[in-house]
Amino acid sequence: MGKLYERLCKDYRFLEGLKTCINCGTCTAICPAAEFYRYDPRKIVDTVQRKDDAEIEALLKSDTIWYCGECMSCMTRCPRTNAPGKVIMALRALSIETGLFMESERGRQMYPLSKALVGNILKYGYCIYPDTFDLEEHPESGPVWKWFLEHKESGYARMGANYKGKGPGALRLIAEEDLAELKAIFDVTGGTRMTEQIERLSEEKAREMGMTPEEYRRYTFEHGSEGHFNND
Amino acid sequence: MIHQGKKVIWSDYQKEIPDDHWFYARSCIRQNFFPASEKYFLKITKELLGKAICDNEHHTTCGGIAYHSDTIPQETAMTIIARQFAIMTEAGYENLVVSCITSFGNYNETIETWREFPELEAKIRENLWKACRREFKIPKYVAHASDLIYRFRNEIAEKARYNLIDRHTGQPLKIVEHIGCHYSKMFPHKGFGGAEYPCVLSGMVESWGGQIIDYPERRHCCGYGFRQYHVKANRGYSLSNTYKKFESMEPYHPDAIITNCPGCPYFLDRWQYVISEQTGKTYGQNGYGIPVLTYEELAGLVLGYDPWDLGLQIHQVAVEPLLDKIGIEYDPEAKYLGVNKEDILRPELPTNLKCH
Repeated sequence: MGKLYERLCKDYRFLEGLKTCINCGTCTAICPAAEFYRYDPRKIVDTVQRKDDAEIEALLKSDTIWYCGECMSCMTRCPRTNAPGKVIMALRALSIETGLFMESERGRQMYPLSKALVGNILKYGYCIYPDTFDLEEHPESGPVWKWFLEHKESGYARMGANYKGKGPGALRLIAEEDLAELKAIFDVTGGTRMTEQIERLSEEKAREMGMTPEEYRRYTFEHGSEGHFNND
Repeated sequence: MIHQGKKVIWSDYQKEIPDDHWFYARSCIRQNFFPASEKYFLKITKELLGKAICDNEHHTTCGGIAYHSDTIPQETAMTIIARQFAIMTEAGYENLVVSCITSFGNYNETIETWREFPELEAKIRENLWKACRREFKIPKYVAHASDLIYRFRNEIAEKARYNLIDRHTGQPLKIVEHIGCHYSKMFPHKGFGGAEYPCVLSGMVESWGGQIIDYPERRHCCGYGFRQYHVKANRGYSLSNTYKKFESMEPYHPDAIITNCPGCPYFLDRWQYVISEQTGKTYGQNGYGIPVLTYEELAGLVLGYDPWDLGLQIHQVAVEPLLDKIGIEYDPEAKYLGVNKEDILRPELPTNLKCH
């Protein structure tokens, strides 16, 4: 049993997600990601349960582990109560912890994800907030959302939200002391360490590629090579 | 209908919901994209049904989107949840009702994991004390907000002004229900009807006069996929999954879609717009799309609230064909007004998707 496997065994999601896989492939049959991506959760779980560190390291460096959408449809269907989606979550966490996420295009997407989601939590108290919803980055939001955000003060008031207001309500201003508690939770539980790890390695990579951090964020957010999808 | 086989087994997946006294946790996505739905959840439960629901300013995100996008460790997510429990405990409540399916899954995952690994619960308690000097009780009951609407669906039907009946044909409206993966795929016993026959939405629709459509991809994910949507380069996954669902439901000619999770209505609504821009295809009648509603919006409509107070104008797919079928009165001129009837212009029109 190698060191990487031992580290996976410290993740509760791994302990809950992998009991004994019988390799039936039910997870792959139900998986939305497997239908579109070159992705097969059965193979991943089978690889992991062989406990071969070299194979696990290859997974941690690969695009493969980043294709899952964490819908957990696999968890419902597995006849042995495994949860391949949870195994994926543990593999991703280990890939970030070891820095191996930087070896794959899909892994490098951790930078824009962390910037957006962790940034919003620590600044606004929620994962998403109107002030950071960039319409250019979200063309799917449509003309109705462009119109609404351009008039968001009046629009949100019309909807009964308490946008940036004091007291309870939708989109209220989260008090500084509540945000400070969230930051303290990040500091105590490893959230800050994970964020800093992603930031440090990504910004090193940006320098290597001759990009500013923002150029690198945008590049990893927008750029996708061919070869991920089944029909590429 | 003969009630047999698996349906009998899955009908055991029921739960008793406390009648009153809930602490409400808001949703990242719902409050951004469907803020009026949260307002009307509180209006219906508090004002119409007379329930005590605490809307507290100090709670925050549960961190669920960040957790499922792999940007925060499990311990961080669990300690944020522990803080929510602490605020609920301090406010004097024991029942938690959450406005988001991702949150619902996360709260259940946390509680179930602690049950299996008590040392982890002890560690999270220690984390919370170190970070926030707070302590908590685990909620006696965690419900999704739709569970409460389901619980009181018949009371809502008694007070309803409209039924889900096509006034032109007299037939029940054909409704697609979309549950949202984390409602019961992870923990089937936590949802009404489990993962196979969830009835939280179908129960509402049937109580209000509509007819549920069963179609091949009924239980397929909407395609959110967290990082598969939040990174632009990955959105082909998200769009492809929604496309698959619409192609599957199209032959059944649904009049509307009702959703459980706050993310699903955004994707099912907006990807219809994108499909129409990319291919010219629309899934409703005469160039319209299929209206996609939250359960609060549908409850609000049958209760007779104004469609624009419910926020239906900030959907990309026009809802007017549905309103006309039900016979709901509305003022087209008021659709795009801001607060206090302020003129805030109008959105541009999509190329192919008919909007009014």
